[in-house]
Amino acid sequence: MEQQDLSKVDEIIDKYESNSESLIQILLDVQNEYRWLSRPILSQVCERLDIPMTHAYHIATFYKHFSLLPQGRHPISVCLGTACHVRGATRLLDRVVQAIGIEPGQTTPDEKFTLNTVNCLGCCALGPALVVDGEYRSNLNAKELADIVASAD
Amino acid sequence: MSTEEREKQNSSERQTRRAVSDRRVEGVTQPIAPAVEAARQVELTINGQAVEAWEGMTLLQAAQSVGISIPTLCHHKELSTYGACRLCSVEVIRGRRSRIVASCIYPVEDGIEVLTESEKVAKHRKIILELIQARWPWVDKELLEKYGAQPGRFEEKTDFCILCGLCVRYCTEVKKANCLGFVGRGAERQIVIYPERAIEMCPTCEGGNMGCRSVCPTGTMPNEFAHTGPRFGKKLPLAYPVKSYSEDNVREVLHTVGDWRMPWVRSQTMPGK
Ligand code: SF4
Ligand code: SF4
Ligand code: FES
Ligand code: FES
Repeated sequence: MEQQDLSKVDEIIDKYESNSESLIQILLDVQNEYRWLSRPILSQVCERLDIPMTHAYHIATFYKHFSLLPQGRHPISVCLGTACHVRGATRLLDRVVQAIGIEPGQTTPDEKFTLNTVNCLGCCALGPALVVDGEYRSNLNAKELADIVASAD
Repeated sequence: MSTEEREKQNSSERQTRRAVSDRRVEGVTQPIAPAVEAARQVELTINGQAVEAWEGMTLLQAAQSVGISIPTLCHHKELSTYGACRLCSVEVIRGRRSRIVASCIYPVEDGIEVLTESEKVAKHRKIILELIQARWPWVDKELLEKYGAQPGRFEEKTDFCILCGLCVRYCTEVKKANCLGFVGRGAERQIVIYPERAIEMCPTCEGGNMGCRSVCPTGTMPNEFAHTGPRFGKKLPLAYPVKSYSEDNVREVLHTVGDWRMPWVRSQTMPGK
């Protein structure tokens, strides 16, 4: 992986005046900026706040909200809920896996996509449904999926 | 102020100071220093006995100062308090209100009545002991019998760690080595070691005797950390479990801390790279 630009981390920490009591808020802001908390990012945070790594990982692994694994720029969630299931969710999932080349729970090496499955998106009438970049889509075919892949940056 | 007056004032100051330091040695089971020399006195009763303490002391310290012992687990007088195990629970009564508090963190208050062995306390301790027992079967027999704790009420997890955090605090606060830490939450919570630091700090820790071992109440801390296991070759994992080295658990730890350089984690997050 190429060297990450950590200047935004510094900016955020400056905003909180390097106050280690704001650790959680700082991590939230940093994650918003970088999508996930990589080891170099956390090292930088620790160094600037003068706290041990053990403490940063304690906090970062305690709250579900924090992601310590790479997250893609375009999250895709495929619904495997009952309604979608009977309408062919597994076939939809297969098509997605084909299109982006990763299994659920994985992120593409270029950090474009992260694929996950969920248990009901609350739009069962659209089933089989998925959400990509926050947009609800119904029963996408291979062509539509290929378009999504091609147009994603 | 005349010389005489000043002398008088000085001597009365000296006296107060002596009174304070005398009290420190009077029949106490551990040295108790009031937070500030002139800390305010607080009067309370413990098991019916009138006790004088200073503001800033904990109930546990106050009890110990008059020779009343309270069982503790996650408490260590040289480390910061953590209040995790709740074994030190006592009943605090003020007026008609009664509640259970952790004596190792609860500060003394004027006029409260503290019961260290009431029925309510005993019930509480019994459950706590049963919970601890599910993780570590060798809890002190006398304690178990005293409170009638029975094994098998809670699901067992035999990694022999009760998550008291003493090892973490010892390494952080006394050794300032920062090799150990908690990761995860809830049932997945565990203690891990950070090999990169550990390789540097542990071999010389207390002349090779691993300070954290001496504070682990379960006595099951390994006598060396398995973090350099051959399965990683030269590459050190970011974090490694301290007590349970099953492949599943190692995988879980690596996943939790997001060490995606490790092949197991990578294959689950990034394909074929
Ligand atoms: S042996 Fe290592 S982990 Fe344990 S207290 Fe010493 S430096 Fe910390
Ligand atoms: S390893 Fe021992 S000292 Fe550390 S948290 Fe577990 S039981 Fe406590
Ligand atoms: S089951 Fe898929 S949206 Fe409800
Ligand atoms: S000894 Fe007080 S909570 Fe553990």
